[in-house]
Amino acid sequence: MNSNLLSIIIFLPLVGVLAIALIPRISSKALKYLSLIATLSVLVLTLFLLFRFDRGANGIQFEEVYSWIPAINAHYHLGVDGISLPMVVLTAFLGLVAVLISWKVENRTREFFIWLLVLESSILGVFSSLDLLLFFVFWEIEVIPMYFLISIWGSGRKQYSATKYVIYTLAGSAFMLAGIVSLYYATGSLDMAALANNGYAVSQSILPAAPIFFLLLAGFAVKLPVVPLHTWLPDAHTDAPTAASVFLAGALIKMGGYGMIRLVSIFPPVAQQYAPIMLGLAVIGVVYGGAITLRQTDLKRLIAYSSVSHMGFVLLGIFALSQTSLVGASLQMVSHGLITGLLFAVAGIIMHNTHERDISKMGGLARQMPAASTFFILGGLGALGLPATSGFAAEFTTFLGSFTSTEVSGVKIFVLVALLGVLLAAAYILWLIQRVFFGPVLPVFNETKDADKLQKFYCGIFIVLIFFIGIYPSSLTSIIQNSAAGVIKLLGG
Amino acid sequence: MNLDLLRPEICLAITAVAAIVTDLLFKRKGAVTIVSLTGIGVSVVLALSLMGKNSRAIGNGLFALDNYAIFFASLFLGLAFLVILASADYVSRMRDFHGEFHALILTAALGAMLTAAATDMISILLSVELTAVSFYALVGFLKDGKASESSLKYLLLGAVNSAVLLYGLAMVFGFSGSTRLAEIAQAVSNIPAGTAGSAGLIFGLVLVGTGFSFKIASVPFHMWAPDVYEGAPTPITLYLSTASKIAGFAVLLRFLLTGFIQPTALSQNWGMALAVISALTMTLGNLLAIPQANIKRLLAYSSIAQSGYMLIALASLGMTAAADNTIQSSLLFYILAFALAEIAVFAAVIITSHRINSDLIEGYAGLAKRSPLLAVALTIGLLSLMGLPPMAGFIAKFYVFSQAARSGLVWLVIIAVINSVISAYYYLRIVKTMWMDAPAGDESVSSSPAPKLSLIIACIGIVVLGIVPALITRATEFGSRLLLP
Repeated sequence: MNSNLLSIIIFLPLVGVLAIALIPRISSKALKYLSLIATLSVLVLTLFLLFRFDRGANGIQFEEVYSWIPAINAHYHLGVDGISLPMVVLTAFLGLVAVLISWKVENRTREFFIWLLVLESSILGVFSSLDLLLFFVFWEIEVIPMYFLISIWGSGRKQYSATKYVIYTLAGSAFMLAGIVSLYYATGSLDMAALANNGYAVSQSILPAAPIFFLLLAGFAVKLPVVPLHTWLPDAHTDAPTAASVFLAGALIKMGGYGMIRLVSIFPPVAQQYAPIMLGLAVIGVVYGGAITLRQTDLKRLIAYSSVSHMGFVLLGIFALSQTSLVGASLQMVSHGLITGLLFAVAGIIMHNTHERDISKMGGLARQMPAASTFFILGGLGALGLPATSGFAAEFTTFLGSFTSTEVSGVKIFVLVALLGVLLAAAYILWLIQRVFFGPVLPVFNETKDADKLQKFYCGIFIVLIFFIGIYPSSLTSIIQNSAAGVIKLLGG
Repeated sequence: MNLDLLRPEICLAITAVAAIVTDLLFKRKGAVTIVSLTGIGVSVVLALSLMGKNSRAIGNGLFALDNYAIFFASLFLGLAFLVILASADYVSRMRDFHGEFHALILTAALGAMLTAAATDMISILLSVELTAVSFYALVGFLKDGKASESSLKYLLLGAVNSAVLLYGLAMVFGFSGSTRLAEIAQAVSNIPAGTAGSAGLIFGLVLVGTGFSFKIASVPFHMWAPDVYEGAPTPITLYLSTASKIAGFAVLLRFLLTGFIQPTALSQNWGMALAVISALTMTLGNLLAIPQANIKRLLAYSSIAQSGYMLIALASLGMTAAADNTIQSSLLFYILAFALAEIAVFAAVIITSHRINSDLIEGYAGLAKRSPLLAVALTIGLLSLMGLPPMAGFIAKFYVFSQAARSGLVWLVIIAVINSVISAYYYLRIVKTMWMDAPAGDESVSSSPAPKLSLIIACIGIVVLGIVPALITRATEFGSRLLLP
């Protein structure tokens, strides 16, 4: 099935970029429609992938291989399996929503949409590359648009946050590059799928597997983020423009989790050996992230910190190393992408309409902004893992899978501590909802407008998806399952 | 004597003379440029026409005609071409000496070409000096206070360095009994380790290395670079940071590979020494670049750091046991990517500094609004130097680093990647200034078409090399394959 569909998906946004950049004196309306068409067609194509994907099969589908740099055996190698496909679709969806969210951007519009589309293209590339060098290229390209998006269209200490983001990411990816280079010379291959299937076949032993594992892990750990490497996240998420926040929380940090799953499949024994350490970090992330979320007074910052806690669940699911926990982690990535994407989108609407982001100065907004409040509360319920939402399905699967895992000893204790995170989530979400939307109605916000039609439209899609996955999780798990089983089988257990 | 094989060099020498004569005979200022560019074009054609399967010795082994020499000859000619284009604005402001300016650029290229082809210590020294002397004059060409100071500094330090280099070459000659690299190689492999002969040889090699470290601006002789780069006319700074440095690497690679690759104990000695120097060079260059406020000084330190990255390849060459030519090829690729990035960056600096009359980074504030083309080009060049995909610099770094990892220099790779992150800080600071800060003035920054042309050529080169490197790896492999053993 050499259909080039993935290439088309990755490069369609760039075609949009070229059109926007090259058409002279394009009106801001026209370029918004151009971006809309580009992202919409990407979404349609990814949905086509989703339906054409053979759920019964195990392995890579829609594969494309071309020689790229023969001298170092690098290939232009694309393909998706059950783990990456949901991420590709999620990214395409968020790309479309990001364009809709940014419909009112009027400051340097042309540049804004160019960067947004470049960003989408690079994230799609990350999730569909199977060659480590190609993966790394897309991974690095993503930094540039995000830097500009935050530092030009952001708010607050935007330049500080943007620079911090870039430095953290580049530091992580520098280690990753060292890891890729060492891996290549240890095995002579850059092909992720082949590396996973052949195991860590050492042909020239220049390095034991563990250091390479940790070099690569460093890059992913910054992105996910794993505590204590998380400090860039609250700053970047808070100061970014809404569309970029949605992308950051929805798709970008998932690159870390996705990379870790690939890493586990390349180095199964090492992953198993160091799993307790990673689980420890996961639990610390869940509890510490949850606790610190409670203390936040800024609306966006609070949502940002909750991501730290939720990504701890992903880390837990990945390094519990059972099939179910891995499915749970993948599901959690999609679910968190939708829920946090929604929360950031609504937070953006609230902040735009009320000109206020300090939680202590808000209250009673449910009266003045009924629609926005409803969306936020529904999203919040998803974030705290209420049954019938995708949050519940994901977290439940993760906990169940981790608790019953046989690959890592002592995993049960970690799971029990991590359960605290659910409690914390309930606390910070409910308290936030109570402070912002209920309580006495403040007269300052009497003139505040509610969400407009367009905003209701995209928030509605988010809600539908969150509940659809929550009620019918096997729509996704049936895709993930076989690939997760493939990863776990590599453990040889 | 088969001097006819030096056709491209001879053609270039004639062009240099012709440039001066044209200046005397014709009133029109553009005539000199046209003569020089035509001469370069003819030389490139001649060089490429000499491409053959076997390497041939010229003048009893003083020079060699092999793919390596042809690769570098084309590279230096291309550089000279782009530098002449980029300095069109500069030249049009000079009242006199157009002919001399062009002639010196051509003789510098001639020296660099001969350096890359030299296979005898005497011819190496002479060609290196030919390049150096041309540069002494070029650096001080404007004859204002700053330029004269730079030129004098460069001349004095360069003279000391030539003495060190000469002394080192004499030592090597003394202990090996020959000036031909190929004969030295035989003598060297017969000297038993641990004897006085071997110690003397290593002493000589250290001195030679020190001498070359001046040319490539690496630790311990890098201090001249910031002052000279700042004071020299910017097109000459560009030329200095590319042609002069690349010629240093070209001769160093041939010198080490032909003469001193055997025995393994010896090559591992210099390999490790180069690895340490490389680590020091890039760290020092990157750290000192951070506080700079003058863009030319910043680029000088950045170019020191780049030398550090290139030295990684030479260090891997010493440490490896592999007999293939991927390491050489990776160095050539890096050199090419580096040259393109420097041209893009400096061409943008040349145009900009002319309009804003300053080399301070703060003068670049809001350049994106005043001249989008310049800002885009400068950004592409800086990102390539930084090693960010999809620029050529990334593939080059990956290529060089992976060779180092293969040679067991993983610690050096880790230092190098950390250095790349440090460098991101100051490269991105310029990018930030251009794109985020409020413009210092309203008037747009425009330029004549010639410098713009070199800018665009370089940017296209960077992106194409970054996305489809296979096009060029073939050329670099070709260049390294027929290097005389």
